[in-house]
Amino acid sequence: MIRFEQVSVRYDGAERPTLSGVDLTIPEGELVLAVGPSGVGKSTLLGAVSGLVPHFTGGVLSGRVVVGGRDTSTHKPRELADLVGTVGQDPLAHFVTDTVEDELAYGMESLGLAPDVMRRRVEETLDLLGLAELRDRPIATLSGGQRQRVAIGSVLTPHPRVLVLDEPTSALDPAAAEDVLAVLQRLVHDLGTTVLMAEHRLERVVQYADQVLLLPAPGAAPVLGAPADVMALSPVRPPVVDLGRLVGWDPLPLSVRDARRRAVDLRERLADVDPPERGIPAGAAPAPLPGPAAPRPGLLGRLLGRRPAPAPAPAPVAGVVTRAEGVGVRHGRVQALRGVTLSVAPGETVALMGRNGAGKSTLLSTLVGTVRPSTGSVLVGGLQPSGTPPRDMVRRVGLVPQEPRDLLYADTVAAECAAADSDAGASEGSCRALVSELLPGVPDGVHPRDLSEGQRLALALALVLTARPPLLLLDEPTRGLDYAAKARLVGVLRRLAAEGHAIVLATHDVELAAELADRVVILADGEVVADGPTRQVVVSSPAFAPQTAKILAPRQWLTVSQVRGALEGLA
Amino acid sequence: MTRATGPARLRPALRAPAATRGNALPAGAWWLWALGLATAASRTTNPLLLGLLVGVAGYVVAARRTDAPWARSYGAFIKLGLFVVAVRLVFTVFLGSPLPGTHTLFTVPEVPLPDWAQGVRIGGRVTAEQVVFALYEGAKLATLLICVGAANSLANPARLLKSLPGALYEVGVAVVVAMTFAPNMVADVARLRTARRLRGRPTGGVRAVLQIGLPVLEGALERSVAVAASMDARGYGRTAQVPPAVRRTTHVLTLGGLLGVCAGTYGLLAAQGGVHGLPLLLAGLVAAGAGLRLGGRRTVRTRYRPDRWGLRAWLVAGSGASVAVLMIWAGAADPEALRPGVLPLTAPVLPLWPAAAVLIGLLPAAVAPLPPSSSDSKEHA
Repeated sequence: MIRFEQVSVRYDGAERPTLSGVDLTIPEGELVLAVGPSGVGKSTLLGAVSGLVPHFTGGVLSGRVVVGGRDTSTHKPRELADLVGTVGQDPLAHFVTDTVEDELAYGMESLGLAPDVMRRRVEETLDLLGLAELRDRPIATLSGGQRQRVAIGSVLTPHPRVLVLDEPTSALDPAAAEDVLAVLQRLVHDLGTTVLMAEHRLERVVQYADQVLLLPAPGAAPVLGAPADVMALSPVRPPVVDLGRLVGWDPLPLSVRDARRRAVDLRERLADVDPPERGIPAGAAPAPLPGPAAPRPGLLGRLLGRRPAPAPAPAPVAGVVTRAEGVGVRHGRVQALRGVTLSVAPGETVALMGRNGAGKSTLLSTLVGTVRPSTGSVLVGGLQPSGTPPRDMVRRVGLVPQEPRDLLYADTVAAECAAADSDAGASEGSCRALVSELLPGVPDGVHPRDLSEGQRLALALALVLTARPPLLLLDEPTRGLDYAAKARLVGVLRRLAAEGHAIVLATHDVELAAELADRVVILADGEVVADGPTRQVVVSSPAFAPQTAKILAPRQWLTVSQVRGALEGLA
Repeated sequence: MTRATGPARLRPALRAPAATRGNALPAGAWWLWALGLATAASRTTNPLLLGLLVGVAGYVVAARRTDAPWARSYGAFIKLGLFVVAVRLVFTVFLGSPLPGTHTLFTVPEVPLPDWAQGVRIGGRVTAEQVVFALYEGAKLATLLICVGAANSLANPARLLKSLPGALYEVGVAVVVAMTFAPNMVADVARLRTARRLRGRPTGGVRAVLQIGLPVLEGALERSVAVAASMDARGYGRTAQVPPAVRRTTHVLTLGGLLGVCAGTYGLLAAQGGVHGLPLLLAGLVAAGAGLRLGGRRTVRTRYRPDRWGLRAWLVAGSGASVAVLMIWAGAADPEALRPGVLPLTAPVLPLWPAAAVLIGLLPAAVAPLPPSSSDSKEHA
């Protein structure tokens, strides 16, 4: 169905080709998963199938890509539209019309299908994807999972024989991701559609793949094979595979079910060992507040002869970094938060979980002061965040937003760091030192936009940490990160927690929560529905339990590294 | 669903159905209705009639608007209308008005101007007649704007484009995508201002705007490129092969038609040549129309569920048109009632028959399909 013949892609100005010597054939009706560390050219590979590379992105493609008998070098993307359906990383950038039904019809209108055919296919697709109730809704009002399903539906209606998806589940909560994957599974099995998708969250998708296409390193030749075989040599792998490799299972299990069947002896071996407790590290003190730097008045302030007001003396932190009590927030008609009570102690890591739109981001915004609660009170470091000038707030709480790029304005990394130093009143070079500490090898003169996802996150984290806030908030930090970058992030955050920073992260990534969090708070419809130690909250929940916990239930092991430690202790 | 508005009291068979895709009113019907009200507004300065028109438009909007983003624009148009009235007043007070008057309200110190600025006056006597006249004129303009606002919040702009001829559709889509640029940029500005706060910088001031500007433009540009890629991959701009003869005929017809329209309009407006102005204009329109039709052959597009122009659409459009026609007729029959005297000042009276005519504009609140109430869709938000 899809044939790559000695394909290399080189973008203008790049030192080396992004893809080289790709030679592979994907037969019809297979679900192929492209995996690899970030920056190996997965998106380029996907783009080459739909013809967007090189027709839209520029660059030079040598070799031949043939999809369903059509050569992409002679067919523009629009001439492949009836054959290939493409959904990019951001579904919002995909929508052309404004309501669900029109969006589903748009592709067919372009192809000139007859009105009765269009009508029938729209109805079928609405049912197939469970969108029938949303048909008249404006797209802007949909949640993340619904948008992703509409995006997939909109490319399904012209009945393409190939579906190309770039990270279809990364932005979704576990339940919504299951929905999307169930739909893909159905397409492959019932309609014989060929699906090629790239995804970092392997724990969600690898069990559904018929074949896995591994891009091991930039420029290295790709490997296509059965999932279990490829996973055995892949540098990126989900916890279930990690556990399998640790214990030496062969063939490697890919799903929790397979692993549970193999894990009978493992459970017996671990029967006498207690999973390690993770508590608040002893002796963790709140990070000291930096001395109040005199804020410089702005240009207008200088013109009007305004004197800078003396910074208020920091209130003493008594045991907790932040306390939110009975917080309610309304966005127009929607009650985003309802009576949320939360307190975080120094050195504690709290994971906020819950489905898309449950109010996680709103809670973080309330803590950082960009949203004013309509009821209840929030205190961070003894101050009310929404009523405190940003310059004072930045030394008490820092938030890394979902899109770290929002924090970056300057045109080089060095300028960004210098700005952060002066914003926070820190000594010169302290931000740059933090960047190097978090992630060595981030070059000084590069534009922040050209950094990889992991590098950009490290830079944003360093900018926020320059002011040494005792409370650090992260919104969905692992989106778009590969396992290596995630492991580095986990290390960094653990170290920060040990230094006494309180950390609150909103995440859909159950594995990350299991690795890091001391406590998990689950939000639903703006209310706290569970709040307790990670192990208790997470293990009992089918949606939020990490793979290791599912495999080793009812014992409360959360991560592969815990199991590894226990096995080494036994040996 | 059971809202106790007018239709609820009618017999069930006549009650407006719940709005679905299938019975949606064409956007054109709403625009005709609103333009009818606007025409009526342009014919009168009677504040009571104008107020009645605003009330009619407001009631229909309140009864029939949806939750869609464009439906929220009505409030903005009302504010714009009030702003227009205020500006008109301020100008009258400070720049004076050619109108004489006997009831002096107060006197603004007059700025002496040199001789060459004769006819221009800054400050001076302000009379009640001047103020009332300015208020009437301002209210007329404000009502026009509010009528347009009503159409804007009732009709889906994208649907309006669907009624374009095939040859222009692609341009239409491009325009719609370009129009989403603005709201997206507003959202970007809000997001980046929040992000500035996170870095401990003030969110207001000139510096903030300058620093946010570049990332906002960058983001907007990147999104445009992404949308363009998506549209391309979904078949935007696929064309059918047409014989060269057809293509050439299309060009000739379109160009010739447009030239004819230009020449014809000139002929109609110019003092001489009124004789062949109209025929030229008509011939030009026919040729251009034929050109567009032929040009439509190049596009392979089809339409998904175009809006049907049914009885309800006729009623909605017709109610607006009849308000306009009756008001124009009333203006000819009884000009005094529609333009209450300013010199001398008289209290405006509500003329009975024109007022009754304006009330016809309420018809859409009874016949247009009822959009689902906001509480139904709230659960998803």
